Amino acid sequence: MQKDSILNIILVGIGLCTICGAVISTVAVSLKDQQEQNVIFDQQSKIIDAARLLEFYPSSIEALESIKEVIVDLNDGQPSDYPSDQYDLDTILRDSSQHKVLNGADDIAMISVRENISKVFIEYRNNEFKTLILPVRGYGLWGTLYGYLALDSDLNTIVGLEFYKHKETPGLGAEVDNPNWKKLWNGKKVYDENGLVQIEVIKGFSNPGSEEYSYEVDGLSGATITSKGVSNLLAFWLGDEGFGPFINNLKNKEIKLSDV
Amino acid sequence: MSKFKEILLTPIFKDNPIALQILGICSALAVTSKLYPTLIMCVALTVTVSLSNFFISLIRNIIPTNIRIIVQMTIIASLVILVDQFLKAYDYETSKTLSVFVGLIITNCIVMGRAEAFAMQNPPGISFLDGLGNGLGYSLILIVVGTIRELLGSGQLLGIDIFTTTQNGGWYVGNNFFLLAPSSFLIIGLFIWALRSWKTEQVEEKEFLMSKNAPKEVETHHA
Repeated sequence: MQKDSILNIILVGIGLCTICGAVISTVAVSLKDQQEQNVIFDQQSKIIDAARLLEFYPSSIEALESIKEVIVDLNDGQPSDYPSDQYDLDTILRDSSQHKVLNGADDIAMISVRENISKVFIEYRNNEFKTLILPVRGYGLWGTLYGYLALDSDLNTIVGLEFYKHKETPGLGAEVDNPNWKKLWNGKKVYDENGLVQIEVIKGFSNPGSEEYSYEVDGLSGATITSKGVSNLLAFWLGDEGFGPFINNLKNKEIKLSDV
Repeated sequence: MSKFKEILLTPIFKDNPIALQILGICSALAVTSKLYPTLIMCVALTVTVSLSNFFISLIRNIIPTNIRIIVQMTIIASLVILVDQFLKAYDYETSKTLSVFVGLIITNCIVMGRAEAFAMQNPPGISFLDGLGNGLGYSLILIVVGTIRELLGSGQLLGIDIFTTTQNGGWYVGNNFFLLAPSSFLIIGLFIWALRSWKTEQVEEKEFLMSKNAPKEVETHHA
């Protein structure tokens, strides 16, 4: 058969595509479980890190057992009976009936749309509510940062902040992953006495003597825009458009955690 | 035997794909701010270029001339997808860091260049070695760039503190320039300079001579 005949072109084309397709799909299917496991494990470990659970539990397995998933309606701040195992953020963000489009002034975290329901995590220690872990996201310099914020049982003190996905510059904005910087969040306060969000990443270093010290986290040097992005995303998610109503309901005991 | 050795070793110093042929610069800029992802990228590219050379060479006698480029691309793209899938399954952290740049190996000129220039004319065994050699040549530059960038930029190597930075309570002020992509140009440029001072036969002949400044009265823009 001629190498350059039309028949050979078709045969080589079909044959090659079939073989390559078969190999790729076999590998993709057989690795799928492992890959999905990695994604889930990565998120779970960030939840555990944000709440610093490994300081209290001997292993991740026990730490995860202490956590309960709760679906929250962000519009009224009430728990929702939406089944938490069917919760999928990507689907919700594509479906206009399940999210709210944010405009200009409301969209301080630059996320364009906000889901109507969100999945939060609650850690019970010795059968008592201990930590509330909230999913947060917002735009940094190059892309959206996705993470978890853990609040102590007073719903005002930060336990930790962890990002599991971002596109910031290594060494600059990506220092949001630096353990020393993450430590700074522990013990900081979110709301002032009027209930307004005060927590902020400032430029430079926060002065331990100042009144605002408990609301301020040192900025990341060389990453002003990322620092600002982190401030903005916290202001958004802790504010009225985010988890503000839910946190208020919890504070005012309008929701009992034993019910959710 | 010496022929095999020559095919394997030539691309490392004598005919380096980055330093002499100036190919594959894009990923050399993008993934080298830390050494560990750099190493993974080197492995990914070396595997891809070796195997693509091998498979393309294996079927070189039945590849119709008209569609040879698309056949090469199909094989290369398939291999890259496989590498990416394995990375996502077994080194998820690094695959997050490398993100799109693993997929972009498809468009890396080195892979395509070796397929067209070598694998289409040579048997599978030595094509594989040629791919391996070129992959190692690429890796050499990337590792040099990655080492310098991580050390000067973050004071670390493979995430281990060498110079403790001021952020972590040490003395070293990280040079932020080395964390940004343009620093790779500088390092690759210096590397090429050093290499060509050592192996002077790599210095390119001048393609043209710069003309002297034209006298003032002569009309200059007649072209």
